[in-house]
Amino acid sequence: MRLQRRVPDRSRHPHLVTAGLLLLLALLLGPLTPASAQDGEAILGRVFSGSGTDQVRHPGVTLVATDEGGAEVASGQTDEAGEVLLALPGPGSYTVTLDASTLPEGLAPRGDVTERQATIQEGRQGNALFPLDEVGEDGAVVGGGGTPGERTFGDKLSSVPQLFVDGIKLGSIIAITAIGLSLIFGTTGLVNFAHGELVTFGAVVAFFFNAAVGGPGWHLIVATVFAVIFGALGGFGLERGIWQPLRKRGVGLISMLVISIGLSFVIRNVILIIYGGGTRPFTNYNIQEAMDLGPISIVPRDLGIIVLSALVLVGVGLMLQRTRIGKALRAVADNRDLAESSGIDVDRVTIFVWMLGGGLSAFGGVLLGATEQVNQNMGFNLLLLMFAGMILGGIGTAYGAMVGSLLVGVVSQVSTAFFSVQLKFVWALVILIIVLLVKPQGLLGRAERFG
Amino acid sequence: MELSNVLIDGVRQAFGVEAVVFALAAIGLNIHFGYTGLLNFGQVGFMLVGAYGVAIMSRPCPDVAATQTAADQIGPCGEPLLLGVLVGIGLAVILALLLGAPTLRLRADYLAITTIAAAEILRFVFRSDTARPITNSVFGLQQFAGDFFAINPIPDGTYLGQLNYSQGQLWTMIVGWSVVALLTLWTWLLMRSPWGRVLKSIREDEDAARALGKNVFSYKMQALILGGIFGALGGIFLAMGTQAVNPDTYIPVRTFFAYVIIILGGAGTIWGPIVGTWIFLFLTSGLDTLLRELIEGGVISEAIIATEEIGPIRFILVGGMLALLMAFRPQGIFGNREEMLLDAR
Repeated sequence: MRLQRRVPDRSRHPHLVTAGLLLLLALLLGPLTPASAQDGEAILGRVFSGSGTDQVRHPGVTLVATDEGGAEVASGQTDEAGEVLLALPGPGSYTVTLDASTLPEGLAPRGDVTERQATIQEGRQGNALFPLDEVGEDGAVVGGGGTPGERTFGDKLSSVPQLFVDGIKLGSIIAITAIGLSLIFGTTGLVNFAHGELVTFGAVVAFFFNAAVGGPGWHLIVATVFAVIFGALGGFGLERGIWQPLRKRGVGLISMLVISIGLSFVIRNVILIIYGGGTRPFTNYNIQEAMDLGPISIVPRDLGIIVLSALVLVGVGLMLQRTRIGKALRAVADNRDLAESSGIDVDRVTIFVWMLGGGLSAFGGVLLGATEQVNQNMGFNLLLLMFAGMILGGIGTAYGAMVGSLLVGVVSQVSTAFFSVQLKFVWALVILIIVLLVKPQGLLGRAERFG
Repeated sequence: MELSNVLIDGVRQAFGVEAVVFALAAIGLNIHFGYTGLLNFGQVGFMLVGAYGVAIMSRPCPDVAATQTAADQIGPCGEPLLLGVLVGIGLAVILALLLGAPTLRLRADYLAITTIAAAEILRFVFRSDTARPITNSVFGLQQFAGDFFAINPIPDGTYLGQLNYSQGQLWTMIVGWSVVALLTLWTWLLMRSPWGRVLKSIREDEDAARALGKNVFSYKMQALILGGIFGALGGIFLAMGTQAVNPDTYIPVRTFFAYVIIILGGAGTIWGPIVGTWIFLFLTSGLDTLLRELIEGGVISEAIIATEEIGPIRFILVGGMLALLMAFRPQGIFGNREEMLLDAR
């Protein structure tokens, strides 16, 4: 057994290639650095009602920060956790104002206080808390406001359609990124823990072309095209520079899994150094008016994300079914040795898979960045959900990854109607473990022995 | 610029409380990964249940004048510390059973993903507001290990010259390294026994072990439980040594660090986890101090490496170390190549 692995191959130096790749990455993203200098002083605004364990956070409320002269320095909408980070130009005294017109119906600021003062010291972060009370039509306070305990089961059910649509959006983004992960596994057997970094990479590249100080400031659509191209090149570089040489050296799959973890550390922290630790939005599609479609309301951006994702997923499906390379890809995923012996150029297919995976991940990263802003950790945070989607649907297949990811997205979002928002990903992971117990090959996978 | 600080900080970290924690987690992981070939990426989950077992059992009870945070506290409180330790170990056993039952029959990569998922589920649940009366969510629990420091026989002061350990740290270290030594001895005895040889045979070839009539699932489960208990002890020491638990201490990165440690020291060797811990902590904290000193001394200008970039650089080093070791020297620095043939077919 020992001898099998001793396949000397002096001609390849993956570490040199890795170093070169990182250098390239650093050079490419170098101009981003000035933007990261903005990290530092900020105010964390939080909008909530109720108290203790019944506390409810409110998304979509606009907070505006003004300096002592009354000039607006930052503004933003609260996210799902009812929080928004307002980046400040520097230390000093600021006033954070809550835009009462953006509050959910039936809620008013406690004691009608819509302003909070905060003095921020250099490099520090301050808080601006806005508690809300529930008010009746006459304006009288009726309760702590929107506590889950007071919501009837009917109320919870009625929020399901809206959450379902949100879930489809999240699920499509996961699906786009998970296809590559699943196909890479299918064709090479590698569980790529560094796949989340491809997502982050795409978002950060798009951020550079779109919003970075010192960047060209192109429209997000143009930036997205470039991000996808760079993502595909990144996938190509990883396969050619690292994974192919390692496979040729006879490094085993488990070793490669561990190597991918190390690689994810390296890429994530290189991005952290270049991009910084902040969370920043793209310049386009930030503030939009929501459209009401029956029981749901959706901003055009999110509708666009869902439509675009659907198109991409159908496109990938058609490509796999109809084109030559798609058929070759499925053959390799099905049985690498058999495909190779029937004349398919397996190396070429593998490179194609990596480029496809890199491009799709980058695209998913841009979509995620458009809904939730760009952060150096966004891909890593998505990784477990990608794994969950991939395993749920049946590991190694493209369609399984799509179905599983949509399910993960929908389950996570719809669960928030009945359970705490903080637990939303727990349900997806719990389902993952249950499916593994009952049907380890996944929903769409073929039954085979996985023992 | 004091370059001697690099050495001092490196040594200080390599033997400090954090090192005890990593060594314990790594000894457990070594039983999983090094000896049995289980790809457990949820070791930090075992640490979490161990730490919270102690913290919840022994946390101070709310009194009338308590803050609002503690007022809605439910569940046990104020129990003896030893009971907390036992509960922490018990929770680790339960976690191993729950985790192992569905996953130990699966292929190695499935095990990796489900264990990391399980550890993250635990963290999400413990930090959620829903669990606040028990875990105090993101704020964590503090000041529950007074009993441990009350029996500290070491008089107040600082010790070991420039290493500057406090009496509390020194006490935790003495107890901790004694436990590490005992567990290492135990592991050594176990792995020499027929039981240990079955574990290694599962690592080498599961099917062969099964063909010889060994109940592979049962052996894997026993290994998972044993290594999980060691991991829980790591969490218990972290909780007691710092007198604090917080869910966000128990992130997946900690498991990855433990992997770097055992691969550095040599997976499947007795001394691997300990030597690996020393090297790992000495290198990472030494590098940290070195960069800081160089920047402070003006050797490296702030324009090239800013102080806040030292953290990420450290992670890049760790990640690069993990990848390069795995690719070129998977047996680690002192390991034996024969002990590191683990792989999927």
